[in-house]
Amino acid sequence: MPSFFDRGSQIAGPGFSRWLVPPAALAIHLCIGQAYAFSVFKLPMTKLIGITKSAPDDWTQAQLGWIFSIAIVFLGLSAAVFGRWVETGGPRRAMFVAACCFAGGFLISALGVQLHNIWIVYLGYGVVGGIGLGIGYISPVSTLIKWFPDRPGMATGMAIMGFGGGAMIASPLSILLMKTFAGAGSMGVAQTFVALGAIYFLFMMIGVLLVRLPAEDWKPEGYVPRTTASALITVGNVTVDQAFQTRQFWQLWLVLCMNVTAGIGILETASPMIQEMFPGHVGAVTAGGFVGLLSIFNMAGRFAWASTSDYIGRRNTYMVFFTLGILLYAAIPSIGHMGSTKLFVIVCVILLSMYGGGFATIPAYLKDVFGTMHVGAIHGRLLTAWSVAGVLGPVLVNYIRDSQKAHGVPGPQAYDVTMYLMAALLAVGFVSNWFMKPVDDRHHYQGMPAEA
Amino acid sequence: MNKTSPLLIALAWAVVGIPFLWGFSQTVEKAIALFQ
Repeated sequence: MPSFFDRGSQIAGPGFSRWLVPPAALAIHLCIGQAYAFSVFKLPMTKLIGITKSAPDDWTQAQLGWIFSIAIVFLGLSAAVFGRWVETGGPRRAMFVAACCFAGGFLISALGVQLHNIWIVYLGYGVVGGIGLGIGYISPVSTLIKWFPDRPGMATGMAIMGFGGGAMIASPLSILLMKTFAGAGSMGVAQTFVALGAIYFLFMMIGVLLVRLPAEDWKPEGYVPRTTASALITVGNVTVDQAFQTRQFWQLWLVLCMNVTAGIGILETASPMIQEMFPGHVGAVTAGGFVGLLSIFNMAGRFAWASTSDYIGRRNTYMVFFTLGILLYAAIPSIGHMGSTKLFVIVCVILLSMYGGGFATIPAYLKDVFGTMHVGAIHGRLLTAWSVAGVLGPVLVNYIRDSQKAHGVPGPQAYDVTMYLMAALLAVGFVSNWFMKPVDDRHHYQGMPAEA
Repeated sequence: MNKTSPLLIALAWAVVGIPFLWGFSQTVEKAIALFQ
């Protein structure tokens, strides 16, 4: 008897609506998107012993900063390592394991908080939770591409938009839970971790129950699959191991890495940056509003740009990101010197929409270049670019800003060099994308997709 | 042939849509501070 998690039992019967698959994917991505909101725990976690203020034995911001970094590194590593396993076992098994790891990470971290042992938190949220993030992130991608061959950008954009939206839910929810559980001798963090673990596990189970794979011969009504390759859209398939050896994989790796590094440059320092660039005009509350606005555009860009890429092509979409991005990053210092807060905000939200758009468009780009057969696994390996960018972006931005300040550069000008550097990084991405060519036929898999 | 009920599709979208809209409205509320 086939098990609930066997690939065979995940195949949809005739009459199954493909419109159940995006909510299944969203149920996963809305949960794991919590990672972007982890910063709401940073301040309370520096006062676990002192409660009203940090005690000498309390954790520092620097110690806590590593939790998110470890999680992002393990996101990339697990996506790369388990990509093929996700592909062969199907999305249901992957989503279940992702739910166990992500929720388990919270429970282990709750123990770490209770025992006040930072290493247990690193292991819990960072390593175990990070593995849940990686598997969860890639679990619905290839399934969505198979269900929506006519609109792959829109389909993956919808799911990956959920990752951006997840922070919007997690941030107020976590604050609400901490307020509920906080008492005379507790910040309520451990209890909040336990509650979040339980809530996220149950919510992710909705995805596990809903998701299905299309039958091998299924196609949307009226859809005629391509029979001839055009420009950068292949009709062949490349295996994950073969893709790793192509120039195109590394070009796309560079494209994603540069786009993400530049976006993180703004995301990481959004609140202090706007306050320092416009002193006297922008306070902490307004800066909080700015961060919220960036989250909205980061999320909206994922759906809007990925859907647009179905019409204008993936390569052209990235050409827009890089060309416009270079111009806008290079313009930020002048806008700062002009003192135009409104113009600065407009430029930043456009940049953040392209940061989100970069994440959401890449699965469809991979599908165009390497085919659908192993697209989930190839996407998993490509996400190591995110791990690198997750460390590179903040390090670059913080190091340059601190160095500028140490050299006596006043606050409003302290970000000029950073912005020019971000424009230069995007120029590297532009070149990499510009030279994108179809994969040579010798890399194409010659057997039937099911055999690979 | 078991055709998926439109009610199930609507329910599935509501389950993910409601928390999403709640989070979205909370964020918009915070972002409004930027324009005040």
